[in-house]
Amino acid sequence: AGAPFITSAAEMLPKKGRRVVVIGGGYGGSIVAKYIRINDPSIEVVMIERDKKFVSCPFSNTVIGGFRDIKDNTITYENLAANNGIKVVYDEVTAVDTSAKKVVVSGGTISYDRLVLSPGIDFRFEEIEGYDPVATPKVIPHAWKAGEQTLLLRKQLVDLPKGGTVVMSIPVTPFRCPPGPYERISMMAWHLKNHNPTAKIIVLDANPDIVSKGPLFKKAWAKHYEGMIDYRPGNKVTKVDNKKRSVDTGVEEIKGDLVNLVPPQKAGMIAHKAGVVGEDKKWCPVNQLSFESTLAKDVHIIGDSCMAGAMPKSGYSANSQAKVCATNIVQLMNGQDLIDPSHTNVCYSYVTENEAISVAAVYKVAEGKTIAVANSGGVSPDLSELEAIYARSWIKNILHEMSS
Amino acid sequence: MERKLIKFVLLAGGLAVSSSLWAAPSTPAMLSNTCSACHGQFGQAVGPSIPTLAGQPASYIADAMKQFKSGERTGSVMGRVAKAYTDDDFNAMGEFFSQKKFVRYPQKVDAAKVAKGKELHEQNCKKCHTEGGRESEDGGVIAGQWSEYLHITMDDFASKKRAMPKKMAEKFEGLSKDDRDALVNFYASQQ
Ligand SMILES: Cc1cc2nc3c(=O)[nH]c(=O)nc-3n(C[C@H](O)[C@H](O)[C@H](O)COP(=O)(O)OP(=O)(O)OC[C@H]3O[C@@H](n4cnc5c(N)ncnc54)[C@H](O)[C@@H]3O)c2cc1C
Ligand code: HEC
Ligand code: HEC
Repeated sequence: AGAPFITSAAEMLPKKGRRVVVIGGGYGGSIVAKYIRINDPSIEVVMIERDKKFVSCPFSNTVIGGFRDIKDNTITYENLAANNGIKVVYDEVTAVDTSAKKVVVSGGTISYDRLVLSPGIDFRFEEIEGYDPVATPKVIPHAWKAGEQTLLLRKQLVDLPKGGTVVMSIPVTPFRCPPGPYERISMMAWHLKNHNPTAKIIVLDANPDIVSKGPLFKKAWAKHYEGMIDYRPGNKVTKVDNKKRSVDTGVEEIKGDLVNLVPPQKAGMIAHKAGVVGEDKKWCPVNQLSFESTLAKDVHIIGDSCMAGAMPKSGYSANSQAKVCATNIVQLMNGQDLIDPSHTNVCYSYVTENEAISVAAVYKVAEGKTIAVANSGGVSPDLSELEAIYARSWIKNILHEMSS
Repeated sequence: MERKLIKFVLLAGGLAVSSSLWAAPSTPAMLSNTCSACHGQFGQAVGPSIPTLAGQPASYIADAMKQFKSGERTGSVMGRVAKAYTDDDFNAMGEFFSQKKFVRYPQKVDAAKVAKGKELHEQNCKKCHTEGGRESEDGGVIAGQWSEYLHITMDDFASKKRAMPKKMAEKFEGLSKDDRDALVNFYASQQ
């Protein structure tokens, strides 16, 4: 459990009744905060988020592809707070004391009866020699957290010299959004095909093959981007050089005019500080019914940071987990039985401006493990315009749910 | 719904798990809340294409799910999703969404098409889709449904990808593409 600490900081919001504190206002945090209030408005909810604006990773690849404005990927929290009676604190949580049941922010401490962490991911920079967490992303963007990084990558793509080389590096699984890198490649290729058709994309994938929707991505690349994408599986980048704009696989050094290096990942830093990360030192083990930590009492972890059996690390998964977690937190706080979880996850990926593909699954808990329901789900049969049309609705609906 | 308690198996090393060792069966809300990432919170879609489920008759939703599951009704994603559930689940979801309010958002429509669509509706459709398409036990609520969806599903009817009742087909088959467009404009204009 999180190391107890001694702080002289004052309680910012003296607690009157029962309170849940939520860390993070992204795909998981905003929804868990909302659904606790929907399920039991007598419970006070304080959501702590460091940024006043949340920029969505889902659909950020279409910003890079050049056909979506990043403004449409951006939400704020005024309506969520006002409509649901959620107290939103814009601050960074720097420590969690799970025995005193308090979190620390710059303005003081905030105590809780139950805590939910949905802090997303942080990077394992240390696994790549030469990677400077501050300097490297300014030259070699990851764009695996959306916002400035997305716009930087877009700019570098637009500015790519005629016939230039893009190098993309994909870490070993698990990482947030299994199909994300391949959608990214498709979107960069879409831009290049239309504006810089002699350019090339070299993909260094640390995995033995495309991680998600492989046959469909390969089909899309053959159909639309013939000769442009040089896909190299089993190539793990271990070294980076900002000045030369190059990456190294231990076998070969590869230079690019644009390098998009996605570092390997782990649970958000605050989960590590709270002491709820498991033996792998990467992700948080949780009870699959309630998302309560198996390491600290009254602390729940959802979204990318948690280990949720067969569910991928996606925005949709985080949304679904948030609803299950909210339901069962309220059950627990009211001394009632947990309710058997039911989850879905659907991930759409654009392969051109007008065509998308998808993967779907429904999940349940069996013997304490989250598993995909047999004989259901799966990938779309082909690339399709219909999927692209419905995907636009998905992003609107899910962002609306998070911000209203 | 069955109120049987199912045993929760403690994970090895799960020292801090909560006092409850039991999980009660999924509730209608538990089954349905996860659908709303696509269909909008409580099935109140904000557009522009995935259909609103809120306020649809329970039986309409349950029937649609059964059709998706069996493959009788094709779709882009619903077949894959529906295969995971039982008929009891479908009834529970139908109950859940039918009790939510159908929210109608303003949609872009063309006034001349709305007028033409209204006429076509009165002539052909209002017997089953009563109250301007606001009500229909087995045909669903189409007034205020998202126009992109109405276009897609009406094209599916026209190309026989989606089955419709014989009586509806008799009326539907005489319609041109422009007629269908006018009807969509009319339904989308309903507030
Ligand atoms: C390029 C790309 C494309 C993607 N596409 C899709 C897609 O199409 N569909 C899909 O379902 N998923 C997609 N994803 C995955 C999705 O972005 C994540 O799975 C999702 O954001 C996880 O939600 P979360 O709540 O765990 O974290 P986040 O949504 O990242 O939210 C975490 C929040 O916590 C805040 N925070 C963290 N630490 C602190 C702290 N100490 N104090 C205060 N605030 C803190 C952060 O500021 C952030 O707002 C994509 C990801 C990428 C990178
Ligand atoms: C990833 C998106 C997605 C998810 C998840 C999803 N739906 Fe759908 N739904 C759609 C789309 C798209 C359609 C249109 C048919 C199609 O293309 O499959 C649709 C159609 C429907 C219809 C038919 C509506 C009508 O007016 O005829 C019903 C009913 C429905 N969905 C219910 C559900 C339920 C219940 C769930 C959850 C168990 C669910 N959906 C989950 C996207 C989704
Ligand atoms: C005899 C009754 C009847 C008539 C007449 C009729 N309908 Fe229907 N309609 C139905 C039924 C029943 C369904 C549900 C079909 C199914 O099971 O999928 C339906 C479904 C629909 C749907 C899809 C609803 C959804 O949410 O997906 C649309 C759109 C529609 N009808 C439009 C029309 C139009 C336009 C006309 C007139 C030209 C018309 N209908 C005439 C009975 C009728």
